[in-house]
Amino acid sequence: MRANKFNPFASLEGSKFMGIFGLLLAIGIYTAISSDRFLLAVNLENIVHRTALFGILSLGAAFVIITGGIDLSIGSVVCLTGILLPYLLTQCLWSVSAAVATVLAISVAIGLIHGVMITKMRLQPFVVTLCGLLLYRGVARGITNDESQGFGLAYKGLRTLATGHVSLFEGQPYAFRLPATTLILIVVTVIAVVILNRTVFGRYLLAVGSNPDAAKYSGINVDRVTSAAYVICSTLAGLGGVLFVLDVNAAQPSDFGNFYELYAIAAAVLGGCSLRGGEGNILGVVVGAAVMVVLSNAINLVHPEYQNIEFAIIGGVILAGVTVDALVRRLIRSRKSSYE
Amino acid sequence: MTTSSTNAILEARGVSKLFGGVQALRDVSLSVRPGEVLAVVGENGAGKSTLMKILAGVEQPSEGSILVDGRPSVLSHVQQALSAGIALIHQELNLAPNLDIGGNIFLGREPRRFGLLAKSTIANQARHHMARLGLDVSPSTRLDSLSIGKQQLVEIAKALSINARVLIMDEPTSSLSQQEAERLYDVVRQLRSRGIAICYISHRLNEVTDLADRVVVLRDGKCVGQLTGSQIDRDEIVRMMVGRDVSQFYQRKPHSAGDAAITVSSLSTSTFPQQRLDFTVRSGEIVGIAGLVGAGRTELLTTLFGITPPVGGTMFVAGKSFAPRNAADAIAAGVVLAPEDRRQSGLLLQKGVRWNLSLASLRQKLNRHGFVRRRDESDLCRRAIEQLEIRTTSREMPVRTLSGGNQQKVVLGKWLATQPQVLLLDEPTRGIDVGSKSEIYGLMHDLAGQGVAVLFASSEMEEILGLSDRVLVMHQGRITGEVLRDQLSEESIMQLAVEQSQQTLDDASA
Repeated sequence: MRANKFNPFASLEGSKFMGIFGLLLAIGIYTAISSDRFLLAVNLENIVHRTALFGILSLGAAFVIITGGIDLSIGSVVCLTGILLPYLLTQCLWSVSAAVATVLAISVAIGLIHGVMITKMRLQPFVVTLCGLLLYRGVARGITNDESQGFGLAYKGLRTLATGHVSLFEGQPYAFRLPATTLILIVVTVIAVVILNRTVFGRYLLAVGSNPDAAKYSGINVDRVTSAAYVICSTLAGLGGVLFVLDVNAAQPSDFGNFYELYAIAAAVLGGCSLRGGEGNILGVVVGAAVMVVLSNAINLVHPEYQNIEFAIIGGVILAGVTVDALVRRLIRSRKSSYE
Repeated sequence: MTTSSTNAILEARGVSKLFGGVQALRDVSLSVRPGEVLAVVGENGAGKSTLMKILAGVEQPSEGSILVDGRPSVLSHVQQALSAGIALIHQELNLAPNLDIGGNIFLGREPRRFGLLAKSTIANQARHHMARLGLDVSPSTRLDSLSIGKQQLVEIAKALSINARVLIMDEPTSSLSQQEAERLYDVVRQLRSRGIAICYISHRLNEVTDLADRVVVLRDGKCVGQLTGSQIDRDEIVRMMVGRDVSQFYQRKPHSAGDAAITVSSLSTSTFPQQRLDFTVRSGEIVGIAGLVGAGRTELLTTLFGITPPVGGTMFVAGKSFAPRNAADAIAAGVVLAPEDRRQSGLLLQKGVRWNLSLASLRQKLNRHGFVRRRDESDLCRRAIEQLEIRTTSREMPVRTLSGGNQQKVVLGKWLATQPQVLLLDEPTRGIDVGSKSEIYGLMHDLAGQGVAVLFASSEMEEILGLSDRVLVMHQGRITGEVLRDQLSEESIMQLAVEQSQQTLDDASA
């Protein structure tokens, strides 16, 4: 009688997940056959690591998209937090805990402001977060005088958060080590899965995205639920910004995090979120982020001569993927279309 | 069926339609002649809409043939049907609300001059078509500034502008006020006298008996009978539709009213801030709210439910002060509303039955430190499906796939799970077939029997007369009177519903 079990083949969300997972496998197998470097431990480590960083951003984007909204400011929040952390530590000489807490508090505040503008002022999410995109990068460039920010040789301990590894095969010939960022992604993913699928709040998120009016008439505080989604998104973007800058050590305010919102949104959509809202699958989003990273890796390894048109290839593959998905869905629907 | 097809303009012969494994239509034959109103009736799911879609070229029959002017024809597109003079006026109007009337009438075939829109030609022709329907509005009026009734006339004008000879109307009056509906009947009669054939689907049997020259009854995809002229009789139609006798349609059960469940004093809604509303509904009582469209019934119910804040006044529920700022407050106090438009405001259409049933209980009953109590949710869902006899293949079935009656049962199930004290219903059976209607009525009686105070607004006079222990009549935001059970009659209610307007007319002329 328990009909709650996740069945990857029966439900729509399940079938979407299998679709994106199949795409990831296909790209992976193609790259593994075409390049002997793909399966090297160091390459896989890099893929998993980058998937973790982008996955965190994508999960944030997914929460907003599930409510039927959009957040275009993710990349600029990454930039703002990414340059503020080294700036506060190296220029202002703040303590690590104060700097990290401040940076994350700013991310939370940004999400809260987005939420209030969108729900209380009834502004469109696209407009609010587009202005955010311009605003936060501008602020970041202004604070730093557009100068690159980094940790230099200091803060090695803190940077382990993003650069560290856990050896899984100690003393064995295959030297794959799990990047620390992956552990962070796993924690975030588990929390996200539990929130979306097990909590009342998660159910409210999906209800608001599915039909905000019916949600209101069922006693749900639609404004609060929507705002919470923007807070989650900006907070994860802020966390992502911290990890990105710890990883690369130097951040250029003019281009740090550029276009990351688009990667995040693409991954969320690939992973089964509908931009109309009300639909989303956390694991699918993580796999969606992996697809983006593996695709980029495949171009590097197999066709380095195409690196200039990497964007075009990624765009084309995503477009092909969602087209096939839509065609398959239409085929299924026409087979079992109901009458009246 | 003995339909003489000698002069039929449009005929379906032995039409069957399969969707996947489901037989939506089974060997259905019917024909319609010029200058005739053919009503097609049947419960939801009987196959009416499918049949109409086949006649209008939206769907293709799996078997059987369509004859236009006696010649077998293949209507594989709406365009082909249109060029054969067959136009479908859909239940939900297919108009662009942001364009003006002229733009809508000529949408897709705009007269052009030098490649640009010929605005004056459009306006003149639009005016001509509108005048024939008695629609006296400027063709440059934006569509969304018109009432639904007038929008429908625009849709008909659009069909006439392409010289339609057959008009297929799918539940044209389902969202019209009584006056608008009357006007539409006039238009239908006028079109008939001009020799246009009309295929008319409706749930409102009164209008079917008034308008139709012939009635075809569908049940389970089959044609179960046909009535012509003087044979057309309401009870006979109902018997054919449901395949059983529904003489006990409105069970008149006496209710023993208890204490005041909800008391409203000097309440002003934001739509009618100058009016004061005073009334009480006692537990175990069914009170109807009658009135014309725009009388303020919906505004009253949404105010009681906390959706729109009141401008003034006080309310008490079970003796305690009640001032809901949102639906959550109302639900917590035991006041719930099954809204007028259940697809827009009552249901998560894409989501399953279980989610919809549990949605309003998540905050209190199904909440364990923020987590959903999934076993309790499952129990709640099973009980609701059993108690309300919701017909669904599984509890994960998206509610959009359910019939209107079952969708409404899901809305009611959602509220019953919260164990309300006051149940508000706005048009509880709009767009619902006869069989489900009587089930919903039965449910309202059961709840009143259990001590729930039931307050419902309805535009269907029969429903008001058949269900209510007491009726409040509203007009322009004001309660113009109260009619008790033993004085209930259509006249007594209508008098109160229009009284005020006569009074204002007198005032104006004075």
